[in-house]
Parts: sequence; C-alpha cells; structure tokens
Amino acid sequence: MSASSVPSAAASVPRAPLPPTVPVPAAPASPAEEGSSLWRDAWRRLKKNRAAVVSGFILIALVLACILQPELSHWRYDQAELQVGATPPSADHWMGTDYFGRDLMARTFFGGRISFAVGIIATFVSFVIGVSWGGIAGYAGGRLDALMMRFVDVLFTFPFLIFVILLMVFFANDQTFLYRAYTSVLSVFVAHPKDPRYFPVFQIIVVFAALGSISWLTMARIVRGQVIALRSQPFVEAARSIGVGPAGLVFRHIVPNALGPIIVYTTLTVPSVMLTEAFLSFLGLGTQEPLSSWGLLAASGAESMDLYPWTLVFPAVFLALTLFCFNFLGDGLRDALDPKARKD
Amino acid sequence: MFAFLLKRLLAIIPTLLVVATLVFVLVRVVPGGPFDSERAVPAEVVAQLNAKYDLDAPVHRQYFRWLGELVTTGDLGPTFKYPNRTVNEIIAVSLPVSMQLGVLATILAVLIGVPLGVIGAVKQNTWADTLAMATAMLGVSVPRFVLAPIFVLIFSLNLYWLPVARWDSWRHMVLPVLCSALPMAAYIARLARGGMLEVIRSDFVRMARAKGLSERRVIIKHALKGGMLPVVSYLGPGFSSTLVGSIVIEKYFNIPGMGRYFVEAALNRDYNLVMGVTLVYGFVLMFFNAIVDVAYSLLDPRVELR
Repeated sequence: MSASSVPSAAASVPRAPLPPTVPVPAAPASPAEEGSSLWRDAWRRLKKNRAAVVSGFILIALVLACILQPELSHWRYDQAELQVGATPPSADHWMGTDYFGRDLMARTFFGGRISFAVGIIATFVSFVIGVSWGGIAGYAGGRLDALMMRFVDVLFTFPFLIFVILLMVFFANDQTFLYRAYTSVLSVFVAHPKDPRYFPVFQIIVVFAALGSISWLTMARIVRGQVIALRSQPFVEAARSIGVGPAGLVFRHIVPNALGPIIVYTTLTVPSVMLTEAFLSFLGLGTQEPLSSWGLLAASGAESMDLYPWTLVFPAVFLALTLFCFNFLGDGLRDALDPKARKD
Repeated sequence: MFAFLLKRLLAIIPTLLVVATLVFVLVRVVPGGPFDSERAVPAEVVAQLNAKYDLDAPVHRQYFRWLGELVTTGDLGPTFKYPNRTVNEIIAVSLPVSMQLGVLATILAVLIGVPLGVIGAVKQNTWADTLAMATAMLGVSVPRFVLAPIFVLIFSLNLYWLPVARWDSWRHMVLPVLCSALPMAAYIARLARGGMLEVIRSDFVRMARAKGLSERRVIIKHALKGGMLPVVSYLGPGFSSTLVGSIVIEKYFNIPGMGRYFVEAALNRDYNLVMGVTLVYGFVLMFFNAIVDVAYSLLDPRVELR
C-alpha cells in the first residue's frame, strides 16, 4: 500500500527542468530519503507507541492461532459428544467443552476465523463503496457532489441497525433470490449446491454484505474531504497536464495521498463491524450453529453462564481482546499518520 | 432557531415516508406470510384470514389504505399474532419502557463519561489519564451482552443485591441501565478527552489562566463548554445506538420494551407490528438527532443555523 503512494508523492516535489537557481544538494540518495517521507515518519512514530505495537503483535498472534489451531487440534468444532456434555477446562480440553460436548477451544478458534473474516470482508466492502463514492463526489464537485452527499446525509438519519435486523430476518433464508444466486454460483464449485451444509455459509455472506453496506457512509465523508483538499494541488495539476483521466487522477494520484485517514478509519471499522456481528448473533440473526463465531459463542455462553462459566469466559475474552487491540492500533495509527490530531 | 428546529422536524416526514415504503415493500416481497405455521392450515382458513386483514388486495392498494389509516386516524392497524391487541396498544405499552431505558442510560453515560474524559485531559499523560482511557477502551471493546451476564453473576446471583430480570421498580432498572450505558460512557469519555485537550490549549483558556483564575474555575467555567462540543454532537448517534443496542439488554433482562417485539415481529412476519415499531424507532431517533443539532448550535456560537 505504502509503496504505491510514495513515488507519486515524491514525484511531485522535484521538478527537473527548473533552472538551477536553487541548487538541490546532490547528496547520495539514500541518506537524504532517510526519515523524509510521511510513511517513514509515521512508521517511526508508530513504533514508539508501545500499546499500538503490542496490539499489533497480539492481533497477528490471534490471526495465526485462528488459522492454525483448527488444523492442528484433533478435536473438530462441530464434533459433538453428548454423553460428555459440558465439562470444565481439563488436560484433554484446554478450554473445556460446551453443552453438546464439543471442544470449546476448537470452537473458539474456528469462530475466530469467522469473526475476523466478517470484520475484514465487511470492512473491505465498506472501503470499496466509501472510497469510490467519496472520491467521485469530491472530485466531481458542484451539483453531483451536492446530490451524492445529500444522499449520504439522508442515509445517516436512517435507523440502520433496524434495517440490518430486517434484512437478516428476511434475506438470510433459503427461499430468496439471493439464495438462488448463491447456489448457482456454488454449483460451479460443488456437485450439490443445495446441500444444507452450505446454508450457514450463505447466511454469513449475507452478514458481510449487510454490515459492509451500512458502514461506508463515514468513509465516504472522509474521502470526499480529503479529495477536495488535494484536487487542486500541483502534483494533481501535473498529472492532469500529462493527460491522466479523471478516474486515474482520483484513484491513482489523489486517493493514495489521502491514505492516512482512510487507513485509520478502516482499522476502526473492523472492531465495530465485529461488534455488530456479535450483536446480530446474540439475537439469533448472525452466524448460525453448527458454525461458530465469537459473538455466537459468547451469546450461548451468556445463557448458561451460571452453570458453565467457561463457555462465556473464553470466547468473550478473545472477542474483547481483539476489539481492544484493533482500537488501540487504530488510535496509534491516527497519532502516527495524522500529526494534527496527535496528542503531543 | 425555532424555524430551524421546525424545518429539521418537518424533514423527518419525507424520510419516514421512505422508510415506511421500503419496509412495507420489503416485508411483503420476502417469502413467508404471517399465517404460515408448522401445522397444515386449510387453504380456506388462510384465505379468510387474508381477507380479514386485507392481505388479499394488490400491494399498492394495501399500501395506500394503510397509509390513509395512519395519516387520518394515527392507526397502525391490527397485529396478526396478538389478535386482541392493536399495534398502537402494544407500542403505547412498550415504548415508554424502552424510552426510560434509553434516556436513563444516556444520562448515566454522560455522567460517567464526561468526568472520566475531563480527568484524562486535565491530568494528561499521568497514571490517572492512562487508567481512565484504558477503562474507556475496555468499555468500547466489551459488548453489552457480555457485560450483562457478568454483572448479573456478581450483583444478583452472588451478592443478592439486585433482581435478575423484569422492569418493576428502580431496583430492576439499575443493572439494565448500567449495561446499556457503559459502552456509550466509554465512547463519551474518549470524545470528551479529545475535545478538552483541544480547548485547553486555546487562547481564551490561556487568557482565563492569565487573569489568575483558579485551575478548577478555568476548567469548569471556561473550557468545559467548548470541550463538550464533540460529546454533544455524539449524543444523537449515541442515543440511537444505545436505544437499538438495548434490544439485547431487553432480551437478556426480559424487559417488556419495544425491542423484544421488533425481532419477534420480523421473524413472525407480523407486517403491521414490524411497520409500527420501525416507524416509531425511526421517528424517535431522527427527532432526537434534530434536537441535538439545535442544542449544538446553541453551545457553539460559530455554527450558523441554516
């Protein structure tokens, strides 16, 4: 990401054909660049922020654990042993088992995959919509800009979560056109696309789409503001003068230079999306059994918490820790990338 | 100012109309009807029920009849699953409960969040700041439905201080209001800290200090008003998310509020109840946003009402 934006930022500064009235010191290139770019500065500041660095490492460790643990463990997330039932943590089951005798550790790390996937994919959806919408509105300006942003304003006043709940109730079932579309795509890959095993995956895809489609509004506003601030800068003029079209100007030249606030907001969208998925799962509208997500596990753990506290504690701790780290990392990135908003 | 408020309130009407139309079409387009059930119901019975509730007419005629009823008499129609009650009756009973929960939680969130944020800003980069902000970060990161069982476990099942469910006296309200309030309080604390930090460095605060006012007076009389602007502008969305987030709290504590009906009605395809609850939620949220916008302009003389 950073690599693509650095050349365009740097290219705008030195103008080769200028007469040598201002002698540019012809020092060796590498020491001069040291600490000069925005990204290098930001990286240095971020590394100094201990909370953000630790959060980053914890997140990486968590992602790795969620990828590896279900592959390495000899328990499967959906392998029920009813005669075992709920047992507290032991040498066999490090996090205990749930009411159906399923290994909670396998379920927790498998659920982590879904929670992370929901957070990241839904954020990506909102990123794509938000950046395109804000970029086009900001660059076009005038009446189109007013129209597009008015639309965003109106959507902001919508009771959105209410709509998501309705969408989840109405569209995450096996009789809608969405499900038909899903099975026809699926039929390319598998022999029996209507197999009920594939249905929970469909519901999760609906969650991705629903959450992504409501989180892009703030992103659109941020990107539009950045684009307006940048569109009359000399480096954009330069790009335009060599014949770059509007789409190229916005997405190749302007947006990469506005990446700072975009990255910060993206990092902060991930935890909020994960939290919303947990909320939906608690209401029985998000991830469905036998799959698991941290929200779903915490929700079912909350019901039997007085009898089997470990079924709440482990998923809740992983969920809270992840959100905690994303928030810290987002704060750290904001401090590093946005010097104006920095604390000191 | 009243003209501005009036304009904002009038702007709610078209948005509500869009919401109503969208939901009206949405509930009828999706498969499944209110009279589907596990038992096989004779086709004549279903036909009779559909005729009784006017569901056999074309959709556009249903829509205009429903809208006409609503505009002329304020009637949201009968429910399908609670045959003896109308949507209006259900909302009249459950809305006050949800509003109590939402408003109390918002007030509590401000009472907790603002002092935390101000302490964080005034004692910036001390242990008090770190502690306040770590608490706030924890509050942002723990979902309400995890807070609720933990509090119930501690205060109800172990200490026997407070009841575990229902909504009858103030004792019943403590835990639900606290659980609803904490995530919002945490967010407010972060905003309040940021707002105060910006104001504390501004010229008029330096001026107040130069006059020789005590630090306490500088903060409370001068800095607080400006520093709270981000908090005020968050109150609208914050109240929305608290009210909607309380659906979880209502479910967990078995509180007879509107949120419980909302999910249930959507699952039951109880068309009129879904419509009614969505419209009431939408109206309450937008109404509150309009009020907050006006309040914001009163606090910040730089904002011009348009």
